[in-house]
Amino acid sequence: MSSDAHASHPADGHHAIAADAPHGSMKGYLTGFVLAVVLTVIPFWLVMGNVLDNAVATSILVIVFAVVQIVVHMIYFLHLDTASEGGWNMLALIFTVIMVVIGIVGSLWVMYHLNLNMMPGMMTARPG
Amino acid sequence: MSTESAVQTAGQPAFYVTEEEHAHSSTLLGFWIYIMSDTLIFAALFATFGVLRHRYAGGPTAAEVLDIPGVALNTAMLLISSITCGFAMLEMQKRNKGSTLFWLAVTGLFGAAFVGLELHEFATMIAEGAGPQRSAFLSAFFTLVGTHGTHVTIGIIWLITLMVQVGRKGLVHENARRLMCFSMFWHFLDVIWIGVFSVVYLLGVL
Amino acid sequence: MFSNPDLWKFIFGRLTWQDILPETIVVYTFIVVAIGGVAIVAAITYYRKWGYLWNEWITSIDHKKIGAMYMILGLVMFVRGFSDAAMMRSQQAIAFGANQGYLPPHHYDQIFTAHGVIMIFFAAMPLITGLMNFVVPLQIGARDVAFPFLNNFSFWMTAAGAVIVMISLFVGVFAMTGWLAYPPLSELPYSPDTGVDYYIWGLQVAGIGTLLSGVNMVATIIKMRAPGMSMMKMPVFTWTALCTNILIVAAFPVLTAVLALLALDRYAGTHFFTNTGGGDQMMYVNLIWIWGHPEVYILVLPCFGVYSEVVATFCGKRLFGYASMVYATIVITILSYLVWLHHFFTMGSGASVNSFFGITTMIISIPTGAKIFNWLFTMYKGRIRFELPMMWSVAFMITFVIGGMTGVMLAVPPADFVLHNSLFLIAHFHNVIIGGVLFGIFAAINYWFPKAFGFKLDQFWGKVSFWLWVPGFYLAFMPLYVLGLMGITRRLNHFDDPSLQIWFVIAAFGALLIGGGILAMLVQIGVSIARRDQLRDVTGDPWDGRTLEWSTSSPPPEYNFAFTPIVYDHDAWWDMKDRGYVRPREGFRPIHMPKNTGTGAILAALAVAFAFGMIWYMWWLAAVSFVAMIVVAIGHTFNYNRDFDIPVETVVATEGERTALLARHA
Repeated sequence: MSSDAHASHPADGHHAIAADAPHGSMKGYLTGFVLAVVLTVIPFWLVMGNVLDNAVATSILVIVFAVVQIVVHMIYFLHLDTASEGGWNMLALIFTVIMVVIGIVGSLWVMYHLNLNMMPGMMTARPG
Repeated sequence: MSTESAVQTAGQPAFYVTEEEHAHSSTLLGFWIYIMSDTLIFAALFATFGVLRHRYAGGPTAAEVLDIPGVALNTAMLLISSITCGFAMLEMQKRNKGSTLFWLAVTGLFGAAFVGLELHEFATMIAEGAGPQRSAFLSAFFTLVGTHGTHVTIGIIWLITLMVQVGRKGLVHENARRLMCFSMFWHFLDVIWIGVFSVVYLLGVL
Repeated sequence: MFSNPDLWKFIFGRLTWQDILPETIVVYTFIVVAIGGVAIVAAITYYRKWGYLWNEWITSIDHKKIGAMYMILGLVMFVRGFSDAAMMRSQQAIAFGANQGYLPPHHYDQIFTAHGVIMIFFAAMPLITGLMNFVVPLQIGARDVAFPFLNNFSFWMTAAGAVIVMISLFVGVFAMTGWLAYPPLSELPYSPDTGVDYYIWGLQVAGIGTLLSGVNMVATIIKMRAPGMSMMKMPVFTWTALCTNILIVAAFPVLTAVLALLALDRYAGTHFFTNTGGGDQMMYVNLIWIWGHPEVYILVLPCFGVYSEVVATFCGKRLFGYASMVYATIVITILSYLVWLHHFFTMGSGASVNSFFGITTMIISIPTGAKIFNWLFTMYKGRIRFELPMMWSVAFMITFVIGGMTGVMLAVPPADFVLHNSLFLIAHFHNVIIGGVLFGIFAAINYWFPKAFGFKLDQFWGKVSFWLWVPGFYLAFMPLYVLGLMGITRRLNHFDDPSLQIWFVIAAFGALLIGGGILAMLVQIGVSIARRDQLRDVTGDPWDGRTLEWSTSSPPPEYNFAFTPIVYDHDAWWDMKDRGYVRPREGFRPIHMPKNTGTGAILAALAVAFAFGMIWYMWWLAAVSFVAMIVVAIGHTFNYNRDFDIPVETVVATEGERTALLARHA
């Protein structure tokens, strides 16, 4: 991965880092860490403590916390913003998220309907 | 046939640059694109897990085999290694070779603890007869979680390589760029892990 | 040889003497290949060209040479794939009633599998990748791709995949499962031999190369465009290359994942796609088509780019509707992800799912149709020069529209229930892949060959090839539409109904004409090399081109451009000619370039050894070569000295020669 032939000379390394590095700061990392801890602890607490007594609501909350935490990681740890690499990083991410959603949701939808139509017995016998 | 065609002459713009621009490095963008493609490998594995997650084939269910306190500890290891990786990057920006190496080593140790705990979990499950051959659910579980664990292991090998290189050559431009790629990779693995513990473990035992 | 069977088994895994050259027909092939191989090796040794080959080609990180190597790989594998096709066509033409033909089922099954795998992965993909590799950096005014070493490594991984598949011809068997290796047939209980393993490892190794080259090209196009070349000033071919590589980066990981799951089923006893243990075969079909449908657009989009360049150039006009062409490409890129289920409407996921995917499939024909109209409007009132690239483009427009229409027919789920798995489908996808992709590659080869090698391809033999290919295509595939509508299914090696035979005979005759077309093409290349002095392109701009690659010499110098161009228009070179651009003669400076490296070729060779070990259960070989790959890769990262400067004297000398050459022919 590290075979960039168009790299500048080592002598001007300082400039290059300053130019294209996503900048982190101690404050940013610590904020991200605290948020991540909170967003991790809550879903574990919800599930381990069986707090809500409602599986559907708990599932939705777990997913919501996961999504929020992913966003937190993207912002505070991966330093993603609309400006990095001229917006291409963000564009690539948005495209990837769309592909991930299409792939996962599409597969689940297609396979669910397959089972519904072709193996109705299995659907009802399914645990969970 | 003028010779000063490089400069803009009347009515004709400059058609080429005479001073080479400072070349922008493509590495970070290229590595980000690679990470995006890796995300799609995980997406395929998540989709497979999602489809097969209730195919127990008479074997143990998720609630029976998954160890939530264990995975909570594991998540803590990975999260801590994320912040220490961040500290290493901050020290790198300050050009402190010694403390960069120190924080990288800490990151590697927490990563190794994560892999060790995961291997222990796998070994326990296999010993209980809940190995990957038992059912489609367990195949999907071991493959998804194991692929993430393999990535972490590759990350640790990469980290050790980088520590040797930083130790030898210092924080030269190439090494700094590689460390930034590594940091992206490491944080990316943490992001994937959020999906794993939420979907596989927490939703699994509900 | 070994008295101890355990030792034999440890060293050679499941490989035995019986596995080597298992078929008589393969023995003949082997003899021919062996004689050819020995002759080539002897010739290289006699002319002392090994050093040249290693230094100038194998270790080269020059995108132009890597592009050329991709093209050679693609053409060689294309000939192999065509010989499979010729065998199938001749078998089906004679195997009626009592006549069983000359290919028993288990051999015929390997042939149709190998034909599909080789044509898609090792002919079409290398040809497309090679084209993009050669053209894109030149079109965007760059000196190389973003990651030159990675480019070399990608090529050798693709070549390694091809080598693995070719080994299966002589050692063991290839898959008998069809080109996508659907389970449960591809699972261990039903395919216990090495066939599916060759398939898995060949594709995995080549897939790494394809994926990395995709990452490389995306980064190149985003980061390395010449100053002034905003996104909407990029040549259309570069646009299509960008979209194709985005598709590669987004689709190939899914293929990697699904093949890895199949491999786990076969090697580790998991239950992803098995009949037992809760496995789900249709999940494999679902995942592989999430890759498979974008793959179709990966192949055809760059060809759309080729037609756009060719039509604009040979009509002497700006491309009609540049912006709509770009947006159509982007829309196709996104939509190609939303149609995968139309490959398995008959699976039974019901009316709602099938309607959704049927409608998205039909929608995709809208941007494609828009492109066709753009090309037609570009031709309208243009001064059309019917050179070979233009002839192929016109043949494409006619042929592709037919293929597109049968595609829309297949997009209608009820119609698909009748036509699924029939020869109608075979006719359809050959219609779009030959008419769309292959004709585009031929147009591109005739168009860019002078840029790559400095002389044009011979017109006479090119026209012979064209007039054999195009009617040959129609004769070979129109009968299959008819047969498909009559309900004849694919992948059969024997038929009972004698009334069908005439259609298969016509199809075989068509294949014969296509064979003549391929032969004429090889003659064309040979004749052109022999007559290269008459066909020489001294201007660097033999077609009165419009984009930047025609602004440099043919073949371009190692560094492509002595000065990085500045761009004002999407037809940058046309614009420069128009405004009286004067080629710079002085002020040259040293040019910073990457160094050659042998690491890519070494890693790829180790990947072949690893795959061979996995396929034959020689675990020691797999383990050793895997560790060796990691060690070599890590070792490579310890080399910090990767660049050098081309001295200014060399640049001055190279550019001076060109100045003199241009003056002589002015």
